[in-house]
Amino acid sequence: MAAERALLEARGLSKYFHGVTALDGVDFDLHAGEIHGLLGENGAGKSTLIKVLTGAYRRDDGRVSLDGAPIDPRDVMDAQSLGIGTVYQEVNLLPNLTVAENLFLGREPKRFGLVDSRAINKRSREILEGYGLSIDVSALLSTYSVAVRQIVAIARAVDISGKVLILDEPTASLDAAEVDRLFAILSDLKARGLGIIFITHFFDQVYRICDRVTVLRNGRLVGSRPLESLKRIELVSMMLGRELESAESGDHGRASEVRGEVVAAFKKVGKKGRIAPFDIEVRRGEVLGIAGLLGSGRTESAELMFGIHEPDTGAIEIDGAKTSLGSPRDAIRKGFGFCPEDRKQDGIIDDLSVRENIALALQARRGWAKPLSRREQDALADRYIEALDIRTSDREKPIKFLSGGNQQKVILARWLATDPRFLILDEPTRGIDVGAHAEIIRLIEELCAEGMALAVISSELEELVAYATRVRILADRQHVAELEGEDVSANGIMRAIAAAEGDNTGEARS
Amino acid sequence: MNASLRSGLLRLAPQIAALAVILALCAAIAPGFFDISFANGRLYGSLIDILNRGAPTALLAIGMTLVIATKGIDLSVGAVMAICGATAAALITSGYGLPATLALTLATGIVCGLWNGALVAFLGIQPIIATLILMVAGRGIAQLITEGVILTFNDQGLIFVGSGILFGVPMPVVLWILIALAVGLAVRFSALGMLIEAVGVNRRAAYLSGVGTAGLLLAVYALSGFCAAIAGTIAAADIRGADANNAGLWLELDAILAVVIGGNSLLGGRFSIVGSLVGAMIIQSINTGILLSGYPPEFNLVIKAVIIVAILVLQSPTSRAFLAFAWRKRSSASQEAAGQQPAPGRQAS
Repeated sequence: MAAERALLEARGLSKYFHGVTALDGVDFDLHAGEIHGLLGENGAGKSTLIKVLTGAYRRDDGRVSLDGAPIDPRDVMDAQSLGIGTVYQEVNLLPNLTVAENLFLGREPKRFGLVDSRAINKRSREILEGYGLSIDVSALLSTYSVAVRQIVAIARAVDISGKVLILDEPTASLDAAEVDRLFAILSDLKARGLGIIFITHFFDQVYRICDRVTVLRNGRLVGSRPLESLKRIELVSMMLGRELESAESGDHGRASEVRGEVVAAFKKVGKKGRIAPFDIEVRRGEVLGIAGLLGSGRTESAELMFGIHEPDTGAIEIDGAKTSLGSPRDAIRKGFGFCPEDRKQDGIIDDLSVRENIALALQARRGWAKPLSRREQDALADRYIEALDIRTSDREKPIKFLSGGNQQKVILARWLATDPRFLILDEPTRGIDVGAHAEIIRLIEELCAEGMALAVISSELEELVAYATRVRILADRQHVAELEGEDVSANGIMRAIAAAEGDNTGEARS
Repeated sequence: MNASLRSGLLRLAPQIAALAVILALCAAIAPGFFDISFANGRLYGSLIDILNRGAPTALLAIGMTLVIATKGIDLSVGAVMAICGATAAALITSGYGLPATLALTLATGIVCGLWNGALVAFLGIQPIIATLILMVAGRGIAQLITEGVILTFNDQGLIFVGSGILFGVPMPVVLWILIALAVGLAVRFSALGMLIEAVGVNRRAAYLSGVGTAGLLLAVYALSGFCAAIAGTIAAADIRGADANNAGLWLELDAILAVVIGGNSLLGGRFSIVGSLVGAMIIQSINTGILLSGYPPEFNLVIKAVIIVAILVLQSPTSRAFLAFAWRKRSSASQEAAGQQPAPGRQAS
């Protein structure tokens, strides 16, 4: 198969958005009769690569060839007619049309200038029978389950394009039986000679169905390997970007002999469908690291700890007293703070000034009737602009005009202004420049030394190792392990993640 | 404070200029437009008339400004005016005293607002739909209260509150100015203004920062209902009766227009109550001006629409950018011309 010419071949693909590199010289090969897994954390460049291949974006550099002929699809329709079809996670069909109309949308057979619905129904039945699906094709698509819609979408894509099929997280909302059915169809299509690109973050599914995987990280190609010879831990290390062999630095060194008192304890706290019950204790002067792959339940855990969702099991104790957290407001009153992962959606108030963004949480806690005077707000803003080195021309500038790193510092300042006892940071260094990155890490270390309790979610392992006292490992929406002392190392974390992901597969298979 | 006052005036410059132009046009059409006289214990004049007639829109615009600042909208205010007018008329004619009537009428407005606020804050219904419910149902409720007739009353107290004269000034003017002052000072001297803006710009981020988003939403819709109750009382007192079908009809749209003319974004966030009030006065000046002009009444709505389109076009960022561009081009063209002139002179020398 290696000698065979690739069906789809991309060399040196690059894509830039306003000076940000989303894809950096990525090579990608897809063979006929192959299911090729495409993996990477959020923001690794998977969807950019797909969009460049399908013509949704125009590439800025590199070349693509299909069947040996160079192609440059102008748009998705163009890519479809060349033979590249895509099925997205949210199925891109119209639920208010019938199954048959969806299959033939935009290419309906005409009779006397009118849509020949008898013909499309007949053809649709034939096509879907090829997928083992005998349903009433004249019924509205919305009357069928997501799994059926998924198959209809695949059938449409294959019928139109027929060479390359791209599936973007097709299994995210399917149950086990539906996944089995989908995989049977994929194996069948593979036998018919299609090349299939399969994007997912479920490890067990990758090992079940894929022949090869390509891993992206930060817009770069990490590697492309046949799956037979690839160990789980190697795959984890490819995704998280650290060589297994590299020397152990051992500089995690936050001595844990002197343990501060427990600030908050979460006992068997969980919420059905989001995160399995877990125990966590956070102590003064400690950073609790939280590690796990995408979708492992990291953010879900933080949301329970900050009262964004109320747990349906377990108990929360603050300073040894039993309590509950009904809302973020509640949590803030108890001295908690939370820097969310999605800074734009959940963090910044983009039209308001840096000053107002910094004062917001403190003002909200004081209540509307006790306003911070303008002078107090100014002093607060100036203090944090200086302390955190926030680069802004002045404190009245709307926060949307600041860079990502400076926006993140403003959000941190917002919480520091409330003088929290326990601060949760969700991916505090994602998407920010190198300088701000280092400053935020230093800040975490300082806050910890001053006696604050912190919980930091991060997919940057070196970073976690640098400041975390303990690291909690999550997989498949469960807390599976906690590493402490000598075990807190990038290798240790990766091993723990790989072991956990392996366990889950074992269960799924048995 | 002085600096912020100046920057506020600067921001409102287009609105104030538009108002000035319309007033000047009115004066051109109707001689003696700016005359104000004092007779029979009250002020008379077209300007006083504009302030007086514009009271319902101004009152609604106060509440509407805050609702829109939270990225909401309140379509029900016209219907709430009808409900509250009907409530006031029904209570006063069935023998309740003036204080009880007023208290219950205001409470009715607040309850209407709380209903809207609850739909938006707790059920997460889009504001335009949530308030459409009461907009449609409200006139029906008002008709149930008046039992389908125009419920007239002759209580001098209630008539005074809604259309009397206090120290020479019509009560509607006193009411809207007092309420505008109270609300304006309350939002700027407490933290409400900033918290409302935060909710309007990014409700989820505000919630995650501990802002009591639900309470704030309830409060702004309740205030909008309260303002509508006062406007409804004024409308009822004006005709000494409650007309469930016509009281406040389409006024929600005038109020929204006033807010928009006032330079507030329908996308929420930064707001200016003064801007909305200037907007309300612009709308009323147009209405009064058209009446004074003596055009046949069938022209009124069309002329009003043309003027409003002109104001909004002048305010739009696109036309501002265009004007700025044209200005630069002209000034650079004149510079070029100025630069070319000496050239022949040099040649000559």
